[in-house]
Amino acid sequence: MPRSLLTSGSSLAFVIAMAACPGVASANEELLRLQQDPNQWVMPTGDYANTRYSALDQINKDNVGDLRVDWTFSTGVLRGHEGGPLIIDGVMYVHTPFPNNVYALDLNNDGQILWSYKPTQDPDVIPVMCCDTVNRGVAYGDGMIFLHQADTTLVALDAKTGEVKWSVKDGDPTKGETGTSAPMVVKDKVIIGNSGGEFGVRGKVTAYNTQTGEIAWRAYSVGPDDEMLVDPQQTTELGKPIGENSSLNSWEGDQWQIGGGTTWGWLSYDPELNLVYYGTGNPSTWNPVQRPGDNKWSMTIFARDADTGMAKWVYQMTPHDEWDYDGVNEMVLIDRPINGQERKLLVHMDRNGFGYTLDRETGELLVAEKFDPVVNWATRVDLETGKPERDPRYSTEANGEDVNTTGVCPAALGSKDQQPAAYSPQTGLLYVPTNHVCMDYEPYQVAYTAGQPYVGATLSMYPPEGEDNLGNFIAWDPVAGEIKWSIPEPFSVWSGALATAGDVVFYGTLEGYLKAVDAQTGEELYSFKTPSGIIGNVTTYTHNRKQYIAVLSGVGGWAGIGMAAGLTGDTEGLGAVGAYKSLDQYTQLGGTLTVFSLPD
Amino acid sequence: MFPYRSFLTVAALCGGSFALGAALIAPAAFGTAATPTDGAESEEKPYSIAEDGTVDWATYNGYRRYNSVCFQCHGPDGLGSTFAPALVESLKVIPYEQFLEIVVNGRENVTTATESKMPALGADPNVMCYINDIYAYLKARSDGAVGRGRPAKHQDKPPEAAEAEDACMG
Repeated sequence: MPRSLLTSGSSLAFVIAMAACPGVASANEELLRLQQDPNQWVMPTGDYANTRYSALDQINKDNVGDLRVDWTFSTGVLRGHEGGPLIIDGVMYVHTPFPNNVYALDLNNDGQILWSYKPTQDPDVIPVMCCDTVNRGVAYGDGMIFLHQADTTLVALDAKTGEVKWSVKDGDPTKGETGTSAPMVVKDKVIIGNSGGEFGVRGKVTAYNTQTGEIAWRAYSVGPDDEMLVDPQQTTELGKPIGENSSLNSWEGDQWQIGGGTTWGWLSYDPELNLVYYGTGNPSTWNPVQRPGDNKWSMTIFARDADTGMAKWVYQMTPHDEWDYDGVNEMVLIDRPINGQERKLLVHMDRNGFGYTLDRETGELLVAEKFDPVVNWATRVDLETGKPERDPRYSTEANGEDVNTTGVCPAALGSKDQQPAAYSPQTGLLYVPTNHVCMDYEPYQVAYTAGQPYVGATLSMYPPEGEDNLGNFIAWDPVAGEIKWSIPEPFSVWSGALATAGDVVFYGTLEGYLKAVDAQTGEELYSFKTPSGIIGNVTTYTHNRKQYIAVLSGVGGWAGIGMAAGLTGDTEGLGAVGAYKSLDQYTQLGGTLTVFSLPD
Repeated sequence: MFPYRSFLTVAALCGGSFALGAALIAPAAFGTAATPTDGAESEEKPYSIAEDGTVDWATYNGYRRYNSVCFQCHGPDGLGSTFAPALVESLKVIPYEQFLEIVVNGRENVTTATESKMPALGADPNVMCYINDIYAYLKARSDGAVGRGRPAKHQDKPPEAAEAEDACMG
């Protein structure tokens, strides 16, 4: 072919492409590509589907035992380090808890700091963060790094220079509204949720234009239909229209205005269906007697149109919560056959101890089974009605105010909290960090004061009767609804998992161990004790064609509340030797990134 | 129980509006209402525990209220967390007046090495209506008079406590 023809043909193709996509390249296309590139780790969730799966296999089950620490980085911050770094084009972006510093590290130059961003925030926000000043990570899109600060500021930083492009305030921290969740960039929008369910904050999710910071849409979890972006006829629950005033009718009076349903967990996105998925948190207060009704749409899985925010379907897992079982855990989007038919599925391991599998297009409930056998507040979930069948013995509502309901499993921190699971398409299994903790729960009257804790219950937590491990790391079959294997851990597993094509699964422990286990059997293949307890999420990437594993350590968060004390076994009949375990005998504070690789 | 100090203050606080209450208990006003003491050692015990371990209502209620409004930072049973001090230790050092002052006005310790902040709770009825109960419980914990967890046996709720609660919580 003559050279000139080739040139003109390419130019023509280029012109057509430009005409089809005016302006800058869409973040959607770039992110769609990058999230499938295993050499990068471009979003906190690994990919839009929240699988935390990597196709890398240099490090595999045969050689992972040779893993060693390659380099480390101190964040300079002591409090709980959740989330994990992003790795994009030879730069690693590391975030910290409050004060929410961000560092860009040059992987081509021995991790030298290219730029750092250190926001100034009013320290008044510290005490209105219920469970430590955690932050679950930054997001990338359109050449920018998006940081969701504790004081609810969303700031866009130039990924190359750290320069502030724009910043907006999402909420009001003086009323207890804070930011802990990681943003997600979808097309030309950056989406965030809010925190503050223990302060009577009204939950919402907001999409901002990535270029300007202007609000594209905002959807509340509770309240009038138009403010929730629901359509009484088009929005469905288990296939049926939700009807008018579905939320208002499920609350008494104006309680919904301080009704919680915050959205501090993870977002997922299905590009084909153009739906964004997330869960809502507990209704407030923790005293169920003070808020009669189903308290919709707290404790709910939402599927929303990414462009308009309009809800396509909802499913409320725990109507009228009585135990603080927030529904915010990640939605893992997988494609698997069920009864011989390939289905687009959404898998969600809820705080309430049930592992749910739904059709993510329609919201049909397919599987709901306990992923910890000790779960006792409900006997089962009816797949037709979607309702849990509660055991009245563990109903804090039925037992009433000022009565201590004992032996409820799971505890308020749930059978699993925000620490995200990983899914391997090779094994078809979900790898789930779990808590194995029960509680006593006594609700009582509280008064609402803006900006003050609005809790209304006393809790004490302890291991299940006759056991002394407070956590398990499990492999879960999301189609069968069964545990495949389970590794007991002395403490709750509060670290996000990573599954790889090397047939290895990684997770961290509260004592500070990074562990690698066989994806098929759960056999431990590697363990290394990092400087502090791990509540961060494990990531992997390549640099100069070599695979690395990275994790933040730095104990804290919900898990840190009981750290110095350990959990008590004061409930009669427990007497487990391990019940008085104190985490501070194993680890101390300090934020460090540890990066592992195989020897050359 | 608290012959020379705060019950009056707290009652005044709880009887009126809380915005007013917060103003009333600002440091200057508080300083005149409370009598300085030599320290924690000189205080009369704010709790009472029978030989069979039955705790008085204030101590028991203090346990419940502690777990509602203090536990999230100060950890189970007053033993501290990764980000807030162990009050069982603090109360060995700080006297009641200082305890109350910190609860009402908050406290900040933000340096390059640490970022901790105690909120001002003086306007929060869930705290201030029960502050003496919470103090009784924590003092009993600090003195080693009650152990970890929920006190196994407790006095019934006295009618005065119910009345005071209703008046205070509104």
